[in-house]
Amino acid sequence: MISIKNISKHYGSFQVLTDCSTEVEKGEVIVICGPSGSGKSTLIKCVNGLEPFQQGDIVVNGISVGDPRTNLSKLRAHVGMVFQNFELFPHMSVIDNLCIAQTKVLGRGRQEAVERGQKLLERVGLLNQADKFPGQLSGGQQQRVAIARALAMDPICMLFDEPTSALDPEMVNEVLDVMVGLAHEGMTMMVVTHEMGFARKVATRVIFMDEGRIVEDAPKEDFFSKPRSERAQQFLSKILQH
Amino acid sequence: MVMTLKITAVAVAVGIVWGTLLALMRMSGFKLLAWLAASYVNLFRSIPLVMVLLWFFLIVPTLLINLFDIPRSSDTRLVSAMVAFSLFEASYYSEIIRAGIRSVAKGQMGAASALGMSYAQAMRLVILPQAFRNMVPLLLTQGIILFQDTSLVYVSSLADFFGAAYRVGSRDGRLVELLLFAGAVYFIMSFLASLLVKHIQKRKTA
Repeated sequence: MISIKNISKHYGSFQVLTDCSTEVEKGEVIVICGPSGSGKSTLIKCVNGLEPFQQGDIVVNGISVGDPRTNLSKLRAHVGMVFQNFELFPHMSVIDNLCIAQTKVLGRGRQEAVERGQKLLERVGLLNQADKFPGQLSGGQQQRVAIARALAMDPICMLFDEPTSALDPEMVNEVLDVMVGLAHEGMTMMVVTHEMGFARKVATRVIFMDEGRIVEDAPKEDFFSKPRSERAQQFLSKILQH
Repeated sequence: MVMTLKITAVAVAVGIVWGTLLALMRMSGFKLLAWLAASYVNLFRSIPLVMVLLWFFLIVPTLLINLFDIPRSSDTRLVSAMVAFSLFEASYYSEIIRAGIRSVAKGQMGAASALGMSYAQAMRLVILPQAFRNMVPLLLTQGIILFQDTSLVYVSSLADFFGAAYRVGSRDGRLVELLLFAGAVYFIMSFLASLLVKHIQKRKTA
């Protein structure tokens, strides 16, 4: 479904990504981890074209992201993305956050959009907050709204860019629970995260990145039991210690 | 006073709309558009307002008369004043608006794009509404300055509030009193308006 082929990217002379390749099948849950600055967020933003890249190509559902003729907006409308800092629209109520792209991008009627929005808010347990503004919600609630907003577009896959790293510890689980639910339903997901518990629970594969390269790309069991690269072993021992 | 308020209102409205367009042009990826907008802004910001006004009193009437075949005797001074102020203020507004757009976090653009919105949709639905909300105090302050600057139309002997006060004063031989009175009126109106701005600012941060 998502095929990343030899992607390289640089800002000026600084190389951010070097020759990254991987394949994601429908229904897979890929966890991408690695030390900060290793390029994992950049890689995931390349998948929906939010970050341009200079070499290689990414094909999502048969559509090339790198091709200048591709209508990126159209592609992005069907690729959900959740950001580290939620990025809800602060000047709109929660329900309007969920409806705006449905009506303006997908062309749904207001009624249909509201119904779909309410259904998704119920699913993330926030239907009673529909008329509040994002600023009135906790971080965990905001992130759940952000997930619902992405789901409202009926995405073919979901990208998560460190969805829990801006959250207070006690709110991490409420967000992870929603994501686990999604994974069990068969949603194709690419998740940049350090939550190894989440990876153990639902990931099909784990990708480990360092200095802009994919160092390890292995099924979950292999990654945790016998990581091949020394760098991944060090990383795992550091974050699994406590 | 009606004349003064009329010019202020038109210049604020047109200035903000044209200023927004200028700001968007300047921030767009098209080099030529960005360059044109930047030149426009820098030009108007480097010329004294009085001079711009005078030019427009001299140029716009002839232009209008030639273009639209208006009778030579008609009074175009008000229109030229409005055009001059609008174009002049737009350059100031565009700088305020550009700062306002910058103040909206970059991630908002990313989020809007990720939902499939085009650049224009993201600007119109997500970025600009937030930018304007942040800018209200600055835009109002600029409006107050403009309100005072409208007194400069006296160069065209157009009867705005200041011009009228001046004329009445010299007719009755009470110029000093009338000018003091006019000053007091400008002061009271501007001061009240700036109190309003402060109030809005306080409510926003609260």
